[in-house]
Amino acid sequence: MARLLSAVDEVRAFTGTADVIDVQARTVGGLIAELERRFPGLGAHVQQRMAIAIDGEIHQDALAEPIGPDSEVVLIPRIGGG
Amino acid sequence: MSRVRIEAVVNGEPVEFLGGTRQSLLDALRDELQLTGTKEGCGTGDCGACSVIVDGRLVCSCLMLAPEADGRTVETIEGLAKNGVMHPLQQQFLEQAALQCGFCTPGFLVAAKALLDRNPDPTESEVRYWLAGNLCRCTGYDKIVRAVMDAAAQMRAAGGAR
Amino acid sequence: MNDATHAANATGLKVVGQRPIRPDGADKVTGRAVFGADVHLPGMLIGRVKRSPHAHARILRIDTSAARALPGVKAVVTSDDFPRVGSEALEQGEGSATLVDVADNCLARGKVLYAGHAVAAVAAVSSEIAERALDLITVEYEVLPHVIDVEAAMAPDAPLLNERLFTAGVTPRPTTPSNIAQKTVVARGDVAKGFAAAEVVHEGRYVTVPVHQGYIEPHACVAWAGADGQHQIWCSSQGHFAVRAMCAKVLGLELRDIRVYPAEIGGGFGGKTTVYLEPVALALSRQCGRPVRMVMSREEVFLASGPTSGGVVEVRLGAMKDGTIVAAEVTLKFQAGAFPGSPVGAGSMAALACYAIEHAVVTGYDVVCNRPKVAAYRAPGAPIAAFGVESAIDELAVILGMDPIDLRIRNAVKPGMKAVYGASFREIAFVETLQAIQAHPQYRAPLGPNQGRGVAAGFWFNIGGESSAAVHVDEDGGATVITSNPDIGGSRASMAMMAAETLGLPIERVRATIADTTAIGFSALTGGSRVTFATGMAVVQAAQRVVQDLKRRAALTWECEADQVEWRDGAAYCTDASKEVAPLSLRDLASRSARTGGPISAEVSLNAQGAGPGFGVHVCDVEVDPETGRTTVLRYTAAQDVGRAIHPAYVEGQLQGGVAQGIGWALNEEYVYDAKGVLQNPGFLDYRMPVASDLPMIDTILIESAPNPRHPYGAKGVGEVPIVPPLAAVANAVQRATGVRMRALPISPPRLLAALDGEG
Repeated sequence: MARLLSAVDEVRAFTGTADVIDVQARTVGGLIAELERRFPGLGAHVQQRMAIAIDGEIHQDALAEPIGPDSEVVLIPRIGGG
Repeated sequence: MSRVRIEAVVNGEPVEFLGGTRQSLLDALRDELQLTGTKEGCGTGDCGACSVIVDGRLVCSCLMLAPEADGRTVETIEGLAKNGVMHPLQQQFLEQAALQCGFCTPGFLVAAKALLDRNPDPTESEVRYWLAGNLCRCTGYDKIVRAVMDAAAQMRAAGGAR
Repeated sequence: MNDATHAANATGLKVVGQRPIRPDGADKVTGRAVFGADVHLPGMLIGRVKRSPHAHARILRIDTSAARALPGVKAVVTSDDFPRVGSEALEQGEGSATLVDVADNCLARGKVLYAGHAVAAVAAVSSEIAERALDLITVEYEVLPHVIDVEAAMAPDAPLLNERLFTAGVTPRPTTPSNIAQKTVVARGDVAKGFAAAEVVHEGRYVTVPVHQGYIEPHACVAWAGADGQHQIWCSSQGHFAVRAMCAKVLGLELRDIRVYPAEIGGGFGGKTTVYLEPVALALSRQCGRPVRMVMSREEVFLASGPTSGGVVEVRLGAMKDGTIVAAEVTLKFQAGAFPGSPVGAGSMAALACYAIEHAVVTGYDVVCNRPKVAAYRAPGAPIAAFGVESAIDELAVILGMDPIDLRIRNAVKPGMKAVYGASFREIAFVETLQAIQAHPQYRAPLGPNQGRGVAAGFWFNIGGESSAAVHVDEDGGATVITSNPDIGGSRASMAMMAAETLGLPIERVRATIADTTAIGFSALTGGSRVTFATGMAVVQAAQRVVQDLKRRAALTWECEADQVEWRDGAAYCTDASKEVAPLSLRDLASRSARTGGPISAEVSLNAQGAGPGFGVHVCDVEVDPETGRTTVLRYTAAQDVGRAIHPAYVEGQLQGGVAQGIGWALNEEYVYDAKGVLQNPGFLDYRMPVASDLPMIDTILIESAPNPRHPYGAKGVGEVPIVPPLAAVANAVQRATGVRMRALPISPPRLLAALDGEG
């Protein structure tokens, strides 16, 4: 199972916990669907407002990006730049 | 605003145009003569993007009225390269990456030319103080100063300023 | 996906890493380059904006009838000419905005929220007539109390900017409106436990004021509405696809009906990732059918275009006597200006990113106030947060009697460690960057009286994102690279170099252009340090497809298998020993392209992932004049973890430019308001940015020991990190020079003098 965590409060507002959550998904798209199912509203929030770091590499808008069976997946707010 | 006929020599060519009595030389160069290389950054003489040389003297063209140019010679960025050959300053700016967005670059080149016209061997400090009237937000000035000093050295080696 | 890992470690590169002259350079040094205000069209009108004199007021009535009647006036617009829009979120660099806020910022609806807020606009045959028309527009206001300071705006009895704004991120959801638009929290571990174990605790409150991006080119555009509903816009921006999207959404048009041409841009730094004039100019043009040029004066740039936030940064650090920082608590209060969207979220994530601190919590507040809406500014949010954190770490170094670099090395994040914001770091070289500064001669240069040395570190994420690029081969064997990212810092050079490297051509045979929104696929904005990484990736992939195509054509010509063709140094070689054929150069293949399948070109659109984070470490030597309070920067060196420098001179330029902006932010730049909330220094005379005589040469160290494996040549983003360390580097140097710790910026002569006199 991949391990999902987040250091930001906005995720905790949906999951109710700061702990690591096990996820089954094998792609980012699958993860969003799984999160929406388990924590209604979180999937949509992640899709629109967050970026996903998979084993340390940051991805934004990358539904096809694979998640390995032992991956660390971290939800962080979207990043822009100036 | 009424307009008056202005005759001047711009980049070596005699020109004749109508300028407004309250129109700046900067606006006249850009709008009447279509010489858009000289830029407006502030309109108040604080940034140097509008630098031109009038009768051999470096001025902010946004602070001069177009009619004041009547009977005078004006040099702008468009006149720096002669017969398609770039001035050493232009060449050094390119080689040393002394420009990024390029907006302040015409002002710097004209101001630097005015410096080298009167002082062909400036120190770094002299270059920095002469160019203190030209704002650049992209480069931090380091490569600009190096380019001016190297152009000066190149021109000295070639036997004097142009 | 291409063989990125191999390429990232590639040696024997012929073009990448060199310093050729940029292909668009001649236009910039001869005045031929066309910026937004240089565009001239037949029948063009001049547009001007009428702006609020009040910091906060209700608009009771706008009467434009006299203006419309003035001969020479061809169009007048107010927010009545914009459709009502929703609150869809828009990408605008950091601190995103909602559509309704962008629209209301372009032309105020119902209320003006800052002095300078646009209320109406006219288009006339001359600027003189346009100015007279503005005077003929009468606006009736009901002036309201205003608030500027961030903590004053947070107070429960503060004047409210928006009665429908409730603080997001707080549970339960508040029922009273507030100027606090959002609260965010980033946390890990258990800070109470961490502080309980700490042997030394340091607390500090650090304050910055808003500063402007300071681009020398004011905002400029020309809009030309078509009678058939197909419109054109020329503008200087950091993303003409974004301009197209924002204009379409603000005006209720289809994207395909607006064609945006990218003019050259005279600086942006994040401030040109939004629109102010373009929807207004297009609305004016639609009214009269003629092109409308709108250019901001410098005063308008300061009054009405986004600065970055000012902020309050409260830092508490808990450490052991050996320097290990075990707990950190940071609170950030950032001004968003008139509409929500300060970069406090990014600032919160970046604040402690450099350090492996087990227990940490960063709380951020996004606060509206009666000032122009903030826009992104180079590593948005990070410089402010770093000013607080890096000053606090320096104070800790003094308390512990430790060298400030050693203290940072002890706590530095390393590959494999998890950042405070959650993601793990992979290829980073922060420790090497710290060591490079420690080893630099400046670090040991002797210091005289009233002189001091300050050190600070900084971090930025760097992003990837959507980019498109095309590579076309000409019949005579040259190539053109086409992208859709406006070139702010010389990126055309890097694009051409990466294409040249991949094709095996000398750089002189490659040109790079930037296409309008119809001529190339979509690109996200130029900013976020993403162009060399993401657009470069698209360029390389397009060039690689061209190479595959060239190999196929060679195989066809030689009648051999495709896998028996090698591409090397710009030519195809046959590896089938039985065929004695001479190599075919790009020129050979290009000249016969019609016979081998047609024109040779490829276009790639991608969403680049895996941008590498960057770390910078700066050392700054200052001398303070105790009579005048003036701080002179004597020496400055900036080291940065850049992955690979595609064109080292332009990478150095990014470091030097960011340093100069940071020094200005630290020493002189600020907005001065009067008691009515009106800006008193909207010009370059009194908004004091560094000039050439203020600065020394800025030395740079490019650390390339951790190339980015996701990028074909190992590049990471570099443009934003350099502005993050200077604020604290300067403040730390001033402390060493004078013994006085300045916790508020700018450290301008009157302030420093007052502090010195207070101490003495």
